[in-house]
Amino acid sequence: MVETKNEPRIGVFLCHCGTNIAGSINIEEVKNYAKTLDGVVIADEYQYMCSTPGQSKIIDAINENNLNGVVVAACSPRLHEPTFRMATQEGGLNQFRFEMANIRDQNSWVHMHDLEGATEKAKDQVLIAVAKARMLEDLQPKSVPVEHAALVLGAGVGGMQAALDLANAGIKTYLVEKLPTIGGRMSQLDKTFPTLDCSQCILTPKMVDVGRHPLIELRTYTEVEKVEGYIGNFTITLRHKARGVLDPDQAAARAAATGILGTGCNGCGDCDAVCPVIKPNPFEMGMAPRKAIYIYHAQVMPLQYTIDFDACVKCGLCVDACGSEKNAIDLEAVDTFEEIKVGTCILAIGFDLIPIEEKREWGYKQYDNVITGLEFERLICASGPTVGHLIRPSDGKTPMKIGFVLCAGSRDNTGGVNKAYCSRFCCMYSLKHAHQIMEKIPGAVPYLFYMDIRSFGKMYEEFYYRIQNEGAKFIRGRVANILEDPITKNLIVNTEDTLLGRPVAMEMDMVVLAAAVQPKPEAEHIRQMFGVSKSQDGWLLEAHPKLNPCGTTTAGIYLAGVCQGPKDIPDTVAQAEGAASAASIPIHMGEVQLEPYFAMCMEDLCAGCGMCLNQCPYGALDLIEKNGRTVMEVTEAKCKGCGTCGGFCPGGAIKMQHFTSPQICAQIDAFLLKGGVN
Amino acid sequence: MTDENWKPKIIAIICNWCSYAGADLAGGARIQYPPDVRAIRVMCTGRVDPLFIMKAFQDGADGMLISGCHFGDCHYLEGNYKCAKRMFLVKNILKNIGLNDNRLRMTFVSASEGAKWGEVMVDVVKTVNELGPSPLNKR
Repeated sequence: MVETKNEPRIGVFLCHCGTNIAGSINIEEVKNYAKTLDGVVIADEYQYMCSTPGQSKIIDAINENNLNGVVVAACSPRLHEPTFRMATQEGGLNQFRFEMANIRDQNSWVHMHDLEGATEKAKDQVLIAVAKARMLEDLQPKSVPVEHAALVLGAGVGGMQAALDLANAGIKTYLVEKLPTIGGRMSQLDKTFPTLDCSQCILTPKMVDVGRHPLIELRTYTEVEKVEGYIGNFTITLRHKARGVLDPDQAAARAAATGILGTGCNGCGDCDAVCPVIKPNPFEMGMAPRKAIYIYHAQVMPLQYTIDFDACVKCGLCVDACGSEKNAIDLEAVDTFEEIKVGTCILAIGFDLIPIEEKREWGYKQYDNVITGLEFERLICASGPTVGHLIRPSDGKTPMKIGFVLCAGSRDNTGGVNKAYCSRFCCMYSLKHAHQIMEKIPGAVPYLFYMDIRSFGKMYEEFYYRIQNEGAKFIRGRVANILEDPITKNLIVNTEDTLLGRPVAMEMDMVVLAAAVQPKPEAEHIRQMFGVSKSQDGWLLEAHPKLNPCGTTTAGIYLAGVCQGPKDIPDTVAQAEGAASAASIPIHMGEVQLEPYFAMCMEDLCAGCGMCLNQCPYGALDLIEKNGRTVMEVTEAKCKGCGTCGGFCPGGAIKMQHFTSPQICAQIDAFLLKGGVN
Repeated sequence: MTDENWKPKIIAIICNWCSYAGADLAGGARIQYPPDVRAIRVMCTGRVDPLFIMKAFQDGADGMLISGCHFGDCHYLEGNYKCAKRMFLVKNILKNIGLNDNRLRMTFVSASEGAKWGEVMVDVVKTVNELGPSPLNKR
């Protein structure tokens, strides 16, 4: 280690970033200015400071000039702070003796045509950074052990894939699903594009793998109640919703605890047969009935009935039907809670369709024969309410002319329920729907009303050609409105054919809206619990759109699937595997390094008033007796380093490491007393 | 004080997770705004001691911006609430000592709101330009 004397010896390094910075800022002028600053012993510049020669400049300068502080004026610390901290450390200094001036993202890029203003700002930014660098202290990152378990929230195809990957890597994985079964949206689909694989056929093996895996702890009909802790050490409280039906394990536990015998639910369905309550079936998009005691669909995992307590009248018929041997039903069941400890978490919470009925001009929920793409999936599916016979909801007849409205709410920035983004899979599933009609109903003609066909994936464009050749009709233009013939219940689709340049009105037997997708309503609450930001369109925000698409800004939380943004099944699975890989790294490392931005109590200044205790959202602060005085004490393991206590302490007795009050005041003073042009 | 060459001195204290990231995003998107604001990064706006603000105005700051996450989005759960509460106190003090409290502003800019950061910058600079130099401006 180089001896770090009290006298500040700062090196300032300016990055050109090619012309990114040098094109809008006079680097030479800033460098010469930096040389005049108190404590600066060397100021240098380089084309790319983050390159190996750039970093070498820092390392060499530390040794040659006996520096005790390093300032790099370049891009954002959110991008390259770790790089330069490592260089600082390689030079023999403590890595926290480094400060960054963001003269690119927050200067040259936002003042591109103001050379003078940008240069003045860059000088001040360097001045402010040097002011802080003069006061930096050696800090040691804190190493914490990582719990050898992971949480995956949402058991659709993405969540299942992530859980399987984690479990196969030897990590105990809690797979939490709010529905009574795993499988997600994909289990509602009939076929998948462009291969036309049967969706359930390729999904159920995965569901079985998940169910059987010894390292996957399946928690269905369960929601996350509370999230505490940080990477490596999350404590998650789960709410097991009252299911009212015991599986064999739960029945055995009951027998052991209370002596009430019974083998538990074996999925026989005797209860379902006698239940008198009938409700719409959400799995069938409300197009089929469901009892108050139900399984979600035929291929559920786990095979265990569930009581919908909002609908159940507690008549007890199911209890009798179940019988004393199984004795699986408990009508007085209540929610129970479980606390689990995990090192990392993956959110794979999926999506909903937009409430397309709010686009009144397209008549969904006004006209019987206007349905959504997801309803079409159920109607065309052999396990669906019509056992795969596509019929018109109004009269049960087979439709021969079927219109598909693409971009139904997508790529529309007019507000309301409309979404500016592309929902990414509607083009392809509509092509698939068109194929299915022509395959199942001889003579039926699909008409696709589209803006652009976005067939971007592997073999997608080829699939598009195939559907064109099969005889589907494509009309390019956004549908203005859909009207119903009150007698025939046929639908008149009014649009402009933009290729012919004229308005057209076409009569259809049935119309399928390829409705846009949107985040689930509960996504907002979930992301706030896990500390994940959202994009402007409401999807969960990744750490970096290109270079960290699975991570989030909260360490230890990762994203998979549509909850991060619309994507099809291959992309969802790919992202899930990426997220699983990312989430397994800290677990396999066994420990993670946390930045040492902890609060510290300066006991000689602390009056023991305890007003800071309420400021801390983590309960990290306590009052203790020490040497006959009451003083505050910080539990480092609980402190996350926000500094809210330090911003409040009336006695200035709380030191926020790396963001101390003297450091921040020095930054303020530097600019206001020495900086600026006037 | 109505020097034609006068340029406002504005300090922003912004949180690492939302507003600083939003400001970086504005950069990536090349959203152009006036260069008069100097930012200081803290982990959370909860770190902002009212004394920092008083210190800045005492030093002659013409304007000050505190910017954090939207309510409910705080990386540390509620630091931004705590900061927002303190703002009422500080604004009151500023008014009482005869400073226009519009010189101090708190905004909420998320990591995905680069464009909004640009708008905030334009607006803060405009407001301070209209108010003119701080009466405590030493020069």
